[in-house]
Amino acid sequence: MDIRKNTGALKWTLIIGCSIFLFVFLILPLAYIVVTALRQGVQAYWNAITDEYALKAAWLTIVATLWAVVVNTIFGLCAAWALTKFAFRGKKLISTFIDLPVTVSPIIAGLIYVLTFGRQSWLFPILDKFGIQIIFATPGIVLATVFVTFPFISRELIPVLTAQGNDEEEAAALMGAKTFTIFRKVTLPHIKWALLYGVVLCTARAMGEFGAVSVLSGHLRGKTNTLPLYIELLYQGYDFTGAFGASSVLVILAIIILALRVWLEKRGNKELDISK
Amino acid sequence: MIIRKTKSVIPGFGLSFGVTLAVLSLVVLIPLCSLVVFSAKLTFAEFWHVITRERVLSSYYVSIGTSLIASLVNAVFGLALAWLLVRYEFPGKKFIDGVIELPFALPTAVAGISLTHLTTTNGWVGKLFDSLFGIKIAYTPLGIIVALVFIGIPFVVRSVQPVLEKIDIQYEEAAMILGAKRGRIFWKVIFPEILPALISGFTLAFARSIGEYGSVVFISGNIPYETEIAPLMIMSKLQEFDYASATSIALVLLTLAFVILSVNAILQSVVSRRVSGLA
Repeated sequence: MDIRKNTGALKWTLIIGCSIFLFVFLILPLAYIVVTALRQGVQAYWNAITDEYALKAAWLTIVATLWAVVVNTIFGLCAAWALTKFAFRGKKLISTFIDLPVTVSPIIAGLIYVLTFGRQSWLFPILDKFGIQIIFATPGIVLATVFVTFPFISRELIPVLTAQGNDEEEAAALMGAKTFTIFRKVTLPHIKWALLYGVVLCTARAMGEFGAVSVLSGHLRGKTNTLPLYIELLYQGYDFTGAFGASSVLVILAIIILALRVWLEKRGNKELDISK
Repeated sequence: MIIRKTKSVIPGFGLSFGVTLAVLSLVVLIPLCSLVVFSAKLTFAEFWHVITRERVLSSYYVSIGTSLIASLVNAVFGLALAWLLVRYEFPGKKFIDGVIELPFALPTAVAGISLTHLTTTNGWVGKLFDSLFGIKIAYTPLGIIVALVFIGIPFVVRSVQPVLEKIDIQYEEAAMILGAKRGRIFWKVIFPEILPALISGFTLAFARSIGEYGSVVFISGNIPYETEIAPLMIMSKLQEFDYASATSIALVLLTLAFVILSVNAILQSVVSRRVSGLA
């Protein structure tokens, strides 16, 4: 007899209780966005999401997300390689600093960039001389997005590489393989699903970041508004069809991301089983 | 920091370490230093004056209070959900497992406006609560709690789930053979095993809740002394270009987050020691 599997009443109470909880907190808000977006009809919805400013905001969101994914992928690969393949002093300190951004409030993330590049900073005269504007402009938004997603990829890679050990890389190195050959032929096959998984998580967070970006954006329609900021603007102007219409685009992306996540997790586990 | 590398046959240390340090400095260390430099310019009297202003103090109370309640709610439901996902087979299980991560994938501002609209006295849920119990949700602390519950759901589930999966059935069998009832087995055998993970998930959710901004600003209504959260105070000081006040309030929040996470770190090391059987 399996002692874990015959608690009928408790089982169904838990299932029903949790289902209600999830329905109220997760499914209902999601459904509400779609319903409200379509309330004024399909034409109004289509106009809302193809609005000139909506498209510009979407473009800026894509740009910031791409930057975050590219920078964090390069950083994540290097950090994971350095931290798992070698022993050196200060390793713990470095991994603490890598994880720091996710524990800091997004508003504080924005604040530290304002303090670094803002008018009162010692860097400001230098940047000004070269005509570089960072805060209240696109570079600030990109930096904020990179910051809030900073550990997302390295954090997925490091446990996989630690579990894998260094034997295979050492063997390859002893046989004379070059750095990039080792990486491409030995390491990458092990970490490719974890890497993709990290990229998906990074994308999800980057496209939706609100607080940090809000601090650093100039809130200029069509210039420094990302999609979430544009939604805020519409919402505060009582344009609910517009706000929920733009939101529905992000909802669709969120659902795609969730599906990808589940799929990647399955693929990753399968791969792990085969290698065992 | 002295970097002394022990010998390794694997190449690529210079390159990977260099890129890591360069990007880390640019994105994290330099901005963090500027925060330290800027706070060093503040006098203590100035700092104290800002953070003990009544409006700021009440924003801390609101943030801590609502975060605490929301994280407790999430601890209870998170444990139940983790239990459900590990121990039972039922239709729709895969769906629940996937949907739990929704708060990570859905932009917080989107969740914020949707929850607000649902819970105002004209919204689907708000109307129901208002007419049945006379309870208002949006624009009250209860609304803030609702938003924080939403963003905190995955933390506890994802902390507890793997630990629960690893518990060896032998302990439960032994307890059962010795005559323990189901409730007793849970509280005396299983619960102590998952408690560290539960606390860890709780602290993660708590730390995240205290700093949360996007989902809360819409639903809270931002009424001074009642539903103003601490991150909003920083935001409004920034909009007035009052960087000294913004930094002072931020320093208190950072200290708070640091304390919460240190507690978590201590618990984590306890957990790993227990798992590896050293304790």
